[in-house]
Amino acid sequence: MQSSMWTVIVQIFPYAIAFTIPLLITALGGLFSERSGVVNIGLEGLMVIGFFASALVISKLELALPDIAIGLGLLAAFIAGALFSLLHAFACISLNANQVISGTAINMIAGALTVFLARNMTGSGNILIIHGLVRRNVPLLCKIPVVGRLIFTQTYATTWLVLAILLVSWFLLYKTSFGLRLRACGEHPQAADSAGINVYRMRYIAVMVSGAFAGLGGAIILVTYSGEFTGTVSGLGFLALAALIFGQWKPLGILGATFFFGFASTIANVSQVIPALSRIPGILLKNFPYIITLAVLVLSSKYSQAPRAVGEPYDKAKR
Amino acid sequence: MKRFFGKSFITALVAVLLGLLAGAVLMVFIGANPFSGYLYLFRGGLMTIERVGNTLATATPLILTGLSVAFAFRTGLFNIGAAGQMLIGGLCATAVGLTLVLPKPLLLTVMVAAAILGGAVWGLVPGLLKAKFNVHEVVATIMMNWISYWTVYYVVPAYFKGAYLETESRKISEAASLKVEWLTGLFGGSYINLGLFLALISVIVIAFIIDRTIFGYELKAVGFNRHASEYAGIKANRSIIMSMMIAGAMAGLGGATFYVGYASNIQIGVLPTQGFDGIAVSLLGGNSPWGVFGAAVFFGMLHSGKGFMNAMTRIPPEIADTIIATIIYFSATSILIERNWDKLKKRAGGAK
Repeated sequence: MQSSMWTVIVQIFPYAIAFTIPLLITALGGLFSERSGVVNIGLEGLMVIGFFASALVISKLELALPDIAIGLGLLAAFIAGALFSLLHAFACISLNANQVISGTAINMIAGALTVFLARNMTGSGNILIIHGLVRRNVPLLCKIPVVGRLIFTQTYATTWLVLAILLVSWFLLYKTSFGLRLRACGEHPQAADSAGINVYRMRYIAVMVSGAFAGLGGAIILVTYSGEFTGTVSGLGFLALAALIFGQWKPLGILGATFFFGFASTIANVSQVIPALSRIPGILLKNFPYIITLAVLVLSSKYSQAPRAVGEPYDKAKR
Repeated sequence: MKRFFGKSFITALVAVLLGLLAGAVLMVFIGANPFSGYLYLFRGGLMTIERVGNTLATATPLILTGLSVAFAFRTGLFNIGAAGQMLIGGLCATAVGLTLVLPKPLLLTVMVAAAILGGAVWGLVPGLLKAKFNVHEVVATIMMNWISYWTVYYVVPAYFKGAYLETESRKISEAASLKVEWLTGLFGGSYINLGLFLALISVIVIAFIIDRTIFGYELKAVGFNRHASEYAGIKANRSIIMSMMIAGAMAGLGGATFYVGYASNIQIGVLPTQGFDGIAVSLLGGNSPWGVFGAAVFFGMLHSGKGFMNAMTRIPPEIADTIIATIIYFSATSILIERNWDKLKKRAGGAK
């Protein structure tokens, strides 16, 4: 029993990580945005933009430049996400629009526009890429017992990229003056302003980071487990948003929350082929992450760590 | 009349025009002629009496999801869960329709009641969580969307499996359909059904609640300022719970009009897009019941005409969704329109 459990875990671990990484990078993007005081419910749409941009670039270039096409695709998604998020930033920061409505509009525009363009190109609205990323063992580290088998074998390069971004984000937010200023804008923008911080500029930067990261998240879905642009990321952006709140707006909390979602979803997906799990009704397994999220939100609502000014447009005239 | 042509009507109109303009730019971008594109789009929605019927049938669930979002919005709540509430409403109506054998009027009544109840429960949960535990309703309703998605995903194949496909339910009988012969005949065989009247009644009832009752006044007061309304003796928690419940009920009813009215069975693995379009409808309609009605009919026309446009030109049907999405963005940034409108008015006044 012990050993079969271990085999199951070893088998599903790579899938759980593959599912976690796009969620993690997108939620990290959301972290920047919300910490600066802007709710970004448009993460879902921004992921779709990255999903589309990377599929477009990779499908056009993979025959001509097979070595760097994927890298260029990720870069394109990063840039496209950042640019598209300007729509949200402009509405929320410059025009004091309702941030949730603007985000909803971003989601709808992204979903409709990308499928519109894709259908115009391919007819079906899907864009297929021939080669995705290849899984590789990390040299030396994969020899470590237990941990090596779980974490360092059969990994995607993007996993390490995202974990590196996680580290850098943590450093940036908590150990630099830039991070302190950004967080100040989300806690008390008036005070930040009176200390000489340009609240508008900080928020623009933060929203663009969220767009870039979400775009990257969409691209990672493409080059790791999807391989085809389909016009939707099936709610992963919303899940990332929930993970952000579940993780209490902290980088490590987000890592834990996204991994929980990744692991729970993978278990639900593979439950049919694992004898120990196939006895549990699928309806329970599939709904498990969402019900747990609601439960956690109920339990944590008393001491919520939400940025104080999140969701409020910054009005210079108000004190 | 003055209220009808007020500022919000002007901004809605400008948002629509800007959305149509954005659509035209996209059509030019892919090398199509926007004039013929729009001509076919509007003709597709209005050309014959049958197509008018289809436009109204497409608009029916949108009216109800729009009302759902608008009603919650009046209490300061953002109901992004209309899709899930609609889906669960559809499931309840379908389940009753496939299980009970009753005369048509009685069966339809029970089905509609089941749909309303299902939607109300799906709205009640986020409402309770918001009122009692201050869980943000946006996240809670998103979670509820997925819970209804997976519930339908497993319940339909287990209990109501279709004859040929695993991915949809059996077709409901004629007695369980909101389509009735005289109405279908009147509109030349279109999808129009009794749901339209249910939607119209809902518009009137919701308008009455919001504008003419103490209950509606309290809801609005909570929407303006929760703390002030509490200070004035209004039970804010109760208002929040009731508001989400009624919003859910509306979307649930919308589910009945779609799954046992427009369609005749329920698919798994799809969250109905009408739920999200409801946000657009509510926003464009200025969160007022009759505004919602107008906006829903307009969007219904775009959706029902897009197929014809796609058949006659090579413009992908997603243009309709793009136009709608752009309209919401411009409604969200309506302050820009208002600011320029004021400037324009001032300039006109100065020139005098």
